[in-house]
Amino acid sequence: MRLHARVVALVSGLTVLLSAAGAAAGWAQESHIGSLTGHAAAGKKVYRRYCILCHGPDGDGNGENALWIDPKPRDFTLAVFKCRSTPSGTLPTDQDVFDAMTRGFVTTNMPAWLPLTHQNRADAVAYIKTFSPKWSSLKPGAPITIPPEPAATIESMLRGRGLFQKMECWKCHGPAGHGDGQSAKTLTDNKENPIPPYNFSTGSRFKCGATNRDLYRIFMTGLDGTPMPSFADDLKPADAWDLVHFLRTLQPLDTPEAAIWKAWLASHARDLKPIGPPGGGQ
Amino acid sequence: MRAQYVAVLATLALGGSATMVHTTPSAGATISGKVTYTGTPPKMKPIDMAKEPSCAKQHATPVTTENVVTGSGNALRYVVVYLSAGDQASSTPGEAARYDQKGCQYIPHVAVMQVDQPLEIYNDDQTSHNIHPLAKVNPEWNKSQPIGAPPIHTTWAKPEFIPVKCNVHPWMHGWFVVLTTSRHAVTGPDGEFSITGVPPGKYTVTAWQEQFLSQTQDVTISGTETKTIDFVFKATPY
Repeated sequence: MRLHARVVALVSGLTVLLSAAGAAAGWAQESHIGSLTGHAAAGKKVYRRYCILCHGPDGDGNGENALWIDPKPRDFTLAVFKCRSTPSGTLPTDQDVFDAMTRGFVTTNMPAWLPLTHQNRADAVAYIKTFSPKWSSLKPGAPITIPPEPAATIESMLRGRGLFQKMECWKCHGPAGHGDGQSAKTLTDNKENPIPPYNFSTGSRFKCGATNRDLYRIFMTGLDGTPMPSFADDLKPADAWDLVHFLRTLQPLDTPEAAIWKAWLASHARDLKPIGPPGGGQ
Repeated sequence: MRAQYVAVLATLALGGSATMVHTTPSAGATISGKVTYTGTPPKMKPIDMAKEPSCAKQHATPVTTENVVTGSGNALRYVVVYLSAGDQASSTPGEAARYDQKGCQYIPHVAVMQVDQPLEIYNDDQTSHNIHPLAKVNPEWNKSQPIGAPPIHTTWAKPEFIPVKCNVHPWMHGWFVVLTTSRHAVTGPDGEFSITGVPPGKYTVTAWQEQFLSQTQDVTISGTETKTIDFVFKATPY
């Protein structure tokens, strides 16, 4: 009870401070999500009710709960975001931030904010953009083009497997995608906090979505702020789809890709060269 | 290895002076000197590249970390010396700064460039690298560069000291130093630097070392003299 009272007192004290700072800065930040317009002033209330304890009053990820959370809450003052439809090094679209908030981040403390109305979430996006001057000086990147998905054939999966080897995905994600590659234990994010590569064998959703298109987007835009780079300069769209089809076979899910892969593997397992360093896979 | 460094540094130096000739047709003055340390610098750690045999075999002698590289006579290498104030904004060099990933090292360890100057990043190795500049003022990005991939072309819009790392090879650390001036130099193995073509005026000269941070000195140039200024950093072992 005493703690609760202190938190309330602290929060209301900070509200006064922030309001003063906000008035001085003359915030006029908006977000545009489809036909919805989000307003920072309204978003501030949403943020202070639902986001502040982790992301902090200044949006720098140093909220009261942050100490107890791993991975750490996003630092909005850097304006660096994992889940984007835009190229590495560019700001996400408003829709990207809205979608991340809506989806939440699986395997982290960030829940899916579906209980908030669309307007609430649009407003919160507008407010989040006030934490970095980059949102005033830079424009979001142009979303990457994702062509329609071709059929998931065994040929596509095998080509994708070749790319998994050639692009050296296995160095972090491991030869079988178990997140145990040779560099896995040394990975850190842009704040030097340890961060594990995705382990495909868990079958969990990806941080930035669950569909094949999401998977395509993840490695073509990279997850900024993390060790996961963009492969947009290295993979043509057809290559990228091949890689998507192969990656699906690494998950213990009843995907169409997995069925085709298992059926083929039953009679061809010996044809596969092991994935890993040249001259001997792991 | 050393020959490669010298070659790259020589190329950079040539590129730099060519630019200065372009921006200042008259010879101008030279600001030169030596950067040294007092105290005990940290010991550089040996790097184990066993997990990347294609890189390990490029190094006859073991490679060490490079955050404090010293030479004889207490010389400090890889210190960026530049005119931090008083320099008239010079036009952006069209010539690209070059950054190589070779033998799983960044060459040069510190690449200096001007705002908006083209930067070309090469992967000369038989392994994939991801190049991850941890910019804060400029946008942070992270791109994969597999074996045989073409160079990455980029520019930086704002001055910043940007740490660069490769997440695949965690020992790889380097710097992009983005300055507003074209009048800059990096100290060599002997700790010496030379900035040429400086027109008359009052300047602040800053020396920046990645671990010991910055020092400044004011200097007045009146003609085509050579001004000698030295910097001494106080080294601590950690």
